[in-house]
Amino acid sequence: MILEKIHTENMYLYYSGKMALKDISIQIPEKKVTAFIGPSGCGKSTFLRSLNRMNDLIDGVKIEGKVMIDAINIYDKNIDVVNLRKKVGMVFQKSNPFAKSIYENIAYGPKINGINNKNQLDEIVETALKNAAIWDEVKDRLGDSALGLSGGQQQRLCIARTLAVNPEIVLMDEPASALDPLSTAKIEELIVQLKEKYTIVIVTHNMQQAARISDNTAFFYLGELIEYDKTKKIFTNPERKQTEDYITGRFG
Amino acid sequence: MGRKKNKGKSSNYSDSESHDSGLIDITRKKFRLGDYVAEKVIKGVAFLSITIIVLIFTFVFREAFPIFNSSNGEKKEAAVQTVKDSQETYGSVTDQTPVAQTQETYGSVVDTSAKEGVQETYGEVTDKQQVQEQYGVQTSQDQDTISASKSTYTVNAGSGTDDNRSAIKTLITKDWVPVSDKPRYGILALIIGTFKITLISMLFAAPLAILAALYTAVFATKKMKEIIKPTIELLAGFPSVVIGFFALMVLATFLQNFFHYETRLNSFVGGIAMGIAAIPIIFTITEDALTAVPKSFYEASLALGASKWQTAFFVILPAATPGIFAAILLGIGRVFGETMIALMATGNAALMTLNPFDSVRTLAATIGAEMAEVVFGDTHYNVLFLIGSMLFIFTFVINAIAEFYVKGKLMKRIQGK
Repeated sequence: MILEKIHTENMYLYYSGKMALKDISIQIPEKKVTAFIGPSGCGKSTFLRSLNRMNDLIDGVKIEGKVMIDAINIYDKNIDVVNLRKKVGMVFQKSNPFAKSIYENIAYGPKINGINNKNQLDEIVETALKNAAIWDEVKDRLGDSALGLSGGQQQRLCIARTLAVNPEIVLMDEPASALDPLSTAKIEELIVQLKEKYTIVIVTHNMQQAARISDNTAFFYLGELIEYDKTKKIFTNPERKQTEDYITGRFG
Repeated sequence: MGRKKNKGKSSNYSDSESHDSGLIDITRKKFRLGDYVAEKVIKGVAFLSITIIVLIFTFVFREAFPIFNSSNGEKKEAAVQTVKDSQETYGSVTDQTPVAQTQETYGSVVDTSAKEGVQETYGEVTDKQQVQEQYGVQTSQDQDTISASKSTYTVNAGSGTDDNRSAIKTLITKDWVPVSDKPRYGILALIIGTFKITLISMLFAAPLAILAALYTAVFATKKMKEIIKPTIELLAGFPSVVIGFFALMVLATFLQNFFHYETRLNSFVGGIAMGIAAIPIIFTITEDALTAVPKSFYEASLALGASKWQTAFFVILPAATPGIFAAILLGIGRVFGETMIALMATGNAALMTLNPFDSVRTLAATIGAEMAEVVFGDTHYNVLFLIGSMLFIFTFVINAIAEFYVKGKLMKRIQGK
């Protein structure tokens, strides 16, 4: 069996003793968009955050089973979490630019990786902003505070910030949930472009969004992975009744 | 009764049943006594406290005012010839009177007959042992000296104008010799001393307190934080006299043994001691500011592959800059006005040097030491109030700089326009 980019096997996650994820086994392919859908509290965000060990920040989280990225178990004792997160970047639900200028926001990642050459930084910043489709909007005011941007721009800035570190995988936790339709459309367009270079995993509440942009879709319910297949199949001919109920809105 | 009615009304609303009492009457303004009284009391208390602050300001400035008023006032003949002579010849020692021949060590009148011709300014002491013995002690005086000084005070109490006029000329000199036949109120040394000691204490306290706060806010475990924070916060209320005592007895000796400087009590010792007093304040405010930085910054930085300390230094610390500046300002305010530690641990000699290992006299300590013994209405009295006003003004200026410069330009540089 060929292992995909991300691969979990019988993974369990507990929040201070309480089971939050149950027996998750999934294979996420490289350079594709994979969407996680499911009702609130079903564990999809928790699962996403365990792919770059952001759950380590929460007290009382315990993980069992295997979480493999490039065939390496990331919960191994010898894993360097800092380097893991360089490889697996993350964009959060709420846009969270630093209280710095636009330029500094993007340059922060490369800088902590030891790049201090001004020209090189300029280039990285420009490329990242162009990749995130925000360059034209901010190129004349790179010195302005990032907090002065609109919500949609801030989110694209956060994506650019993540891209500037040059990760292999980009995890996105409901990146467009707080945005208006226009900004959402821009972000979606961006995600589709990005899959040429990056493996993208996205959590979304918006099923149309999942249908539009993803190649594969996983449906989570109550901490379990109910169904995982090609997006087209999930949305047209789901195998499980629960999936169908959720997708058609007949849930609960 | 009214409340009962209201209740009936609100339930009425929901199930839309009509009762006899009808709708709530909103056309008539109802007088609510409780609300009215509470509002007036709060207003009164607020005004009272604001008035008190303004009154303190006014009082201090008013008492300091005569010094400026008299400088262009009418000249008055000095009652005693000797006094006038010594005033006119200020700055150069002449032989006109016995008094003028001696430059006094601070606060004491020296036996002029014994040391005639010996010029000693405090701080550049040739014979150290002697001065230490004389310090604060009134030795036997010549008859002339006694009469001269007596007459000086007569003049001072009677009409301060002439005396004031010469006194104000001495304000921007470096000699602080307020109790003398020809008093000199040079406050430059005091100002420089105060700033010097503030600088030393901040250089000592700010990094320590900020790093401690950073550790507590970012790195410490929850349990550790629960222990550290309250403990240091308790220290904020530590009586400064105890810190002063500690500095005087223990710290001074320890630091002298370590750095091998000459004067035991100096601005370095005082600065460190005041820093100890300021650390809890800076720590507490800084820690609050750091904790208030959104957790999303922390997560975002870690998700970019930053290590914990990189996140702490390059994201959390810059984001908390306004709070940290507020903390440092509060610390400066504390040190600036600190009196007891200054009195106990700085040596209290008004020397105008930049050497941190020389004794120093601060503005606040000068008021603290001399206000109780000064003649009411005397120039010295006025000058002490002038110093008080300056403390006010400096604090005001520091806060103003912080408000306009830091929040304006500095924040822009750190956080973008």
